[in-house]
Amino acid sequence: MRPIIDVVISGWGSYIPIYRLPVEEVARIWGTSADHIKQELLIYEKSIAGIDEDVATIAVEAAKNSLKRAKINSNELGAVFVGTETKPYAVKPTGTIVAEAIGATPRVLAADFEFACKAGTECLQCCIALVGSNMIKYGMAIGADIAEGAPADPLEYSAGSGGTAIIVGNKNYEKEPVALLEGSVSYVTDTPDFWRRPKENYPSHAEAFTGDPAYFKHTIYAAKLLMEELGLRPSDFKYVVFHQPNGKFPLKAAKILGFNREQIEQGLIVPYIGNLYSGSSMTGFSAILDIAMPGDRILLVSYGSGAGSDAFSFIVQDGIVTKRDNAPKVMDYIKRKKKIDYAIYCKLRGKI
Amino acid sequence: MSVPRYWRNIPQRIRMEALKCKSCGKIIYPPRVKCIYCGKNDFETYIIPEKGRLISFSIIRHPPIGFEYTTPYIVGIIEFDNGLRISSQITDIDIKELKTGMEVEQVFRKVSEDGKSGIIQYAIKFRPIFQNI
Amino acid sequence: MRRVAIISYGMTKIDRHWNKSIRDLFSEATLKAINKVNIPKIDAIFVGNMCASDLCDQNNIGTVVADHLGMIPIPAYRVEAACGSGGAAILSGFMAVSSGIFDIVIVGGVEKLTDGIGKKATFSLGKAADFEYELFYGITFASLNALIMRRYMEVYKVPREAFADFAVLMHKNGAKNPYAQLQFEINREIVLKSEDIADPIKLYDCAPIGDGAAVVILCPLEDASKYSDSFVEIAGIGGATDTIDIASREDLLLLKSILIAANNAYKMAKVSPSDIDLAEIHDAFTITAALCLEALGFSKRGEFDKLLYDGAFEPGGLIPVNLSGGLKSRGHPVGATGVYQIAEITMQLLGEAEKNQLKDAEIGLAQNMAGVASNSYVTILKRCR
Repeated sequence: MRPIIDVVISGWGSYIPIYRLPVEEVARIWGTSADHIKQELLIYEKSIAGIDEDVATIAVEAAKNSLKRAKINSNELGAVFVGTETKPYAVKPTGTIVAEAIGATPRVLAADFEFACKAGTECLQCCIALVGSNMIKYGMAIGADIAEGAPADPLEYSAGSGGTAIIVGNKNYEKEPVALLEGSVSYVTDTPDFWRRPKENYPSHAEAFTGDPAYFKHTIYAAKLLMEELGLRPSDFKYVVFHQPNGKFPLKAAKILGFNREQIEQGLIVPYIGNLYSGSSMTGFSAILDIAMPGDRILLVSYGSGAGSDAFSFIVQDGIVTKRDNAPKVMDYIKRKKKIDYAIYCKLRGKI
Repeated sequence: MSVPRYWRNIPQRIRMEALKCKSCGKIIYPPRVKCIYCGKNDFETYIIPEKGRLISFSIIRHPPIGFEYTTPYIVGIIEFDNGLRISSQITDIDIKELKTGMEVEQVFRKVSEDGKSGIIQYAIKFRPIFQNI
Repeated sequence: MRRVAIISYGMTKIDRHWNKSIRDLFSEATLKAINKVNIPKIDAIFVGNMCASDLCDQNNIGTVVADHLGMIPIPAYRVEAACGSGGAAILSGFMAVSSGIFDIVIVGGVEKLTDGIGKKATFSLGKAADFEYELFYGITFASLNALIMRRYMEVYKVPREAFADFAVLMHKNGAKNPYAQLQFEINREIVLKSEDIADPIKLYDCAPIGDGAAVVILCPLEDASKYSDSFVEIAGIGGATDTIDIASREDLLLLKSILIAANNAYKMAKVSPSDIDLAEIHDAFTITAALCLEALGFSKRGEFDKLLYDGAFEPGGLIPVNLSGGLKSRGHPVGATGVYQIAEITMQLLGEAEKNQLKDAEIGLAQNMAGVASNSYVTILKRCR
């Protein structure tokens, strides 16, 4: 898929909370082997939202960072979409909270999207369409989550907090484009691998079923279909980033598709901060943009349970060089950390 | 806090809109009808700078109603280069790291909520600067 | 403008009066005051109160007390200036009598803080501050004073112990005051080891929560001898405001409204700080005592500890302060405090203060305020012979 008008990325920005819960701490409480978990999941610690943080606050900081890079006035945004599965309000859009906070209101679209972990890239697809049809000048797509796993559930080791905002612009107006969209593919089926019913506190999942019929099927198909449509092979890409529920899944997907470890390394952030759900692949992508150079081609493939994948191919442009240093990088946020124990984790995340 | 009272002050508490007195140049925040320093009423909108200095702080150990689960938390007075001072909370910092004079920057955070079913109150708090961009 | 006298006073002991209501306390104080003099009538009642609306679910306090005293149909209304309500009520009464509109008036203050359970009382008290820009952030009233205390200690290098020692002095006086809430002496260690409230303020830096009522009777000075053998004159009175939020203050360590109110009072009374024989000041927290003393002109800025250790604030010193025990030991039933101060100065000037009596007290000063001096009242009383 490619809109009539070429679209570019004008800016990007991320935010990761400061607190880290090491795998050792969770293992200590439930009597499991931390080494085993770390080996299985390739996760060492995960980021935890502070007691005064939620998806709205994460989205606002990511949004402000993306605006600093895009160097546009917030009232030029025609859309502020927030993709998340941990909305602060079940009914009341996070998008309006973010749009108001950054000064994008009132001439703006601002809804929340839900598609498990691919809600953020779904927002991105819509921003591409709105900009590419000339309905709006700039659109902001945010993927952010503060998801948690139920006590003693394996997700407790991996569910992390954080998010990323990407501003899409019109190629004809953007003087310093960061990356050009070559095309995208969405591959979606009704596959109930992971879900949460309304009055439940924590999600449920179908364990091993979340692998082949869910994550891998949609990720692989979306990536393959996109490369076919664009006439590209894995070796044409400098970087690839997948959705990261853990470290193993994206490495396996990369191998199946024919990408090497070097291509996936930069965007593989899950070992340090866990699975950011809607923020996962987008934040990995953000980490790549933090160092990519003009001419680099990047493949971004998200995955959301339920299920589906969005695949995008971008070619980095000259604007990235001047814009990159205007906001903190993903690595800066990863390095900014404070270790907490399980008790503080329970306090911060309202488990008590 | 009632919905209208929270919503009314979003421009001041979230977008940090203050007033600059065109006559004496001082920044008025919260807004007033007349400048409290020179008495004139000729203002322009002024957005409070992102970065400032923490000139005093205190640790709340006996919270008021509504803040019980966030205790202990830090409150402080932040001063900006133009002389403006405001009060807010300081976040993302351990109590033992606090120092008067330290540089802090704005962050958008939750302040409180009206129980499980009421609205969430957001505002700008401050955290230690972690990057000088 | 007529000159105004205080011909009588009445106070309840300050305590957690679980068994007494606003009506009970106010009437008790009023009857004490009325029974000491021979007055033909009462023309109006001005009652200072801060928290009844929140803690007793009662507005219209003027009517409530006038009704209970059996004094309807005289005009009566509540005067509210947070913890300065008492001082504001005194100003109201003064204006009423000096203008000639009323002759004999009751000015009182009453507070029932224990009608609110714990947190409710402190939440209500906090409303002296700016809700939208201070309390909104969870900033408590104590922490506003703590912010200033930290700054004060840093700027002036005044040691933490000085504040503890001031509290010790307050208790030394309050231990001898039968009306005081906390009638016991303490020492420095007790203060410094007491519970953290809002760093660096500890429990023993703070005035206690209590109930009480104080009443004074005002009349034209020229008529005073008709009603009583002993009376004092309100020789000077002043009020002033400052920004409600402390961050907007031009100088964080100057309680400017006290300075202005005091200057107006000194001018009206034709005296200067050195003429004052004793003072009752608003030590809601030990830090506020330091700042009040400086703003009143009794201490140079940043030097309150020097004066404290010189014995300046004790009988025989430069300016005996809070012989009643002050807010710290006598207590702080907020809306009533300002009137307690006036009653206590009157008591001293009339030679009726017993164990705490200061010799030859001629001119006294009372200073009462709201919040961190966002609203202040200074009253100067002179002994009449």
